[in-house]
Amino acid sequence: MKRPARRVGRIGAFVMLAFAAASAGAAAVYPIDRARILAGTRFDFKVEFDAVVPMDEVRITVNGTNAASAFGRQPQFVENEDGSGGSSLTLSDVSIEKPGTYAIHAMAGGTSITATWDVYATGPRRAKNVILFVGDGLSGANRTAARMLSKGIRQGSYLGRLALDDMPYMALVGTSGVDSIITDSANAMSAYTTGHKSSVNALGVYASRAKNNLGHPKVETITELVKRKTRMAVGIVTDAEIEDATPAGMFAHTRRRADKDVIVEQLFLSRADVILGGGSAYFLPQKTPGSKRKDASDYIDLFRRVGFRIATTDSQMRAAAEDPATRQLLGLFHPDNMDGALDRRYLKKGTVAEFPEQPDLVDMTRAALAVLSRNPDGFVLMVEAGLIDKYNHPLDWERGVYDTIMLANAVQAARDWAGNRDDTLIIVTPDHTHGVSIVGTIDDARAGAEMRDKIGVYADAGFPNYPPPDAAGYPPSVDVSRRLAMFYGNFPDYYETFRPKLDGPFVPAVQNGAKQYVANVRYQNHPGASLRVGNLPRTADTGTHTADDALLTAMGPGAEQFHGFIENVEVFRIIVDALGLASDARQAASTPGSTPAVLSAAQ
Amino acid sequence: MSIRRRTLLTGAAAFAIAAPLARQASGEDAARLEFVELYAARGVLGIELAPKAKSLAGHSVRILGYLAPPLKPDVPFFVLTRAPVALCPFCNSDADWPSDIVVVYPRSGPGFGSDGQPVAISGTLELGSKVDPGTGFVSLVRVVDAEVQALR
Repeated sequence: MKRPARRVGRIGAFVMLAFAAASAGAAAVYPIDRARILAGTRFDFKVEFDAVVPMDEVRITVNGTNAASAFGRQPQFVENEDGSGGSSLTLSDVSIEKPGTYAIHAMAGGTSITATWDVYATGPRRAKNVILFVGDGLSGANRTAARMLSKGIRQGSYLGRLALDDMPYMALVGTSGVDSIITDSANAMSAYTTGHKSSVNALGVYASRAKNNLGHPKVETITELVKRKTRMAVGIVTDAEIEDATPAGMFAHTRRRADKDVIVEQLFLSRADVILGGGSAYFLPQKTPGSKRKDASDYIDLFRRVGFRIATTDSQMRAAAEDPATRQLLGLFHPDNMDGALDRRYLKKGTVAEFPEQPDLVDMTRAALAVLSRNPDGFVLMVEAGLIDKYNHPLDWERGVYDTIMLANAVQAARDWAGNRDDTLIIVTPDHTHGVSIVGTIDDARAGAEMRDKIGVYADAGFPNYPPPDAAGYPPSVDVSRRLAMFYGNFPDYYETFRPKLDGPFVPAVQNGAKQYVANVRYQNHPGASLRVGNLPRTADTGTHTADDALLTAMGPGAEQFHGFIENVEVFRIIVDALGLASDARQAASTPGSTPAVLSAAQ
Repeated sequence: MSIRRRTLLTGAAAFAIAAPLARQASGEDAARLEFVELYAARGVLGIELAPKAKSLAGHSVRILGYLAPPLKPDVPFFVLTRAPVALCPFCNSDADWPSDIVVVYPRSGPGFGSDGQPVAISGTLELGSKVDPGTGFVSLVRVVDAEVQALR
């Protein structure tokens, strides 16, 4: 998606590629049926047949008419793709300029497959800036518990609101993907950043049958789109690895999110301006001890050479951000995922002793805003609280809730920055959820031989006794005598300790010799621990994502479009609408759905 | 032998961590090396090997750890970890290992026992980045020509 597309101009006939019939039917079309596509955005158009067919016996039409010449070239035909026993045709880097309905018909022999695309325009630009906060795996109970611990609750009413609560617009978001009701962060983030649903582990591509991870049909990311069509800046901030799925969703194209060395290369080529997070091990050349690369590329040096300021500590980040000359900033603060708020601020566990100078996500957000706001044309900033998910997975709810408070603080920092300017769309959303709920309290003073006897439900739950929050909004102690009873509904075998894990993040299960995950015996002798037999397959190492709706809140120009239930791809549509990224397309349209297509293709 | 005696003494502080394993396997022929003695510092810009590890490069060492799940059948090495690992327990990827691993090439070749079990490894210590030609797996610390003793 890096080559400039050459618009081949308006055509009077509908687009089409003509090939003729063969004995087998079409198996797949990408983009998929019911795809909604931003006018002018680029994508790879691929048709997969489930049998080998002669090239000249295949027929593909768009809105019923042969218009192959619209693309200015023939598609790439692969007779037997990767030995799959099926033929494929691909046209890379095409786009549709004109809004409307497009019916794709691929025919071979007596069978055919049809897909319909809805190509949409946008209104005029209303937002100068967009800030997208992603609470990775942020679930309803994370949010509720964060509000309880950070604001307090008395006689049933909360004593305050989180910055992510107190927004005027809200929507329920459906997170499922093309392949499954359950998504992962790669697929989920791609929906927000490309407007296309995809499959688990896929970033910026449809998961086709190609065997090469980098050979799947691509869709344009928000970073590519903004950099191609505007002079806006782009910022990517996370407390996970910067090459992890959510931040990678801003720019990457690969079938497998595990291609982290490739993703760093794609990040370098993405032209993003502010990049803050963990994951430095994938930036170091292979010869450097601690590198996870498989080549000699030194990406920290490469970023430096193209003008980026480099920071590896909180103080370096602040100094670079305060320097009015800084326009591009790469901050890497950990070789892997960074540590969360509970460990960094209070417990000093995890890897805090090794990496004592990690910044807080709030300060990373402020630094990014300081640098990005120097661009007079505005910016798109994505801030991920990535560790909420990293702690929900191993059933470590306290750490997940402290990081939810941190996310709320980062949102507050963005709201403070935006002030009354009314030119910045702020969105706060999970990418998916976990199966976690607050069921009551655990009271150590309650009589009972087993810890489960100490759980209060209904009237017996009462209220927890966490100390009042400190100036940063966190209870300074998580280890209290009447604490939340918060449990996960989907889990591997593990020992439930009914207490916060003060000695480091929870590792509920480990793999045995038969490659099955079994309860980690390290917790077996914790006082009151009891074995909880898992309800997930024994291949599940931790708790898993759920299909429960995600709760999105928003404010600023364009935010009023968030209401009711929306599919996750609508988040992309609302962002690009606020930015007016296809406002010219609307002007060109006359009668959407019945007018000629205007397509273009790269050379 | 003087080097070996000295390292046994200096490793005493770290010995407690591996005490349950150490009780089962007492290394006599080779210098004892603990996982915590491999690295002096781990930073954003890389890992620095500890002086003790550097001093033992090319020498015979004995190190205790856990067999990690195999990458795939019939590879000539396995990964030794400080603690039993749930491979990348927080994500769908198995691409990420802990940074303090030791790659072991057993003298007997492929076909070493089940994973997850505690083992004692004796062999020659190799340091420096190296790519396994068959798999592309990158390692920093290796024990080659190793004998593997199961500890349970």
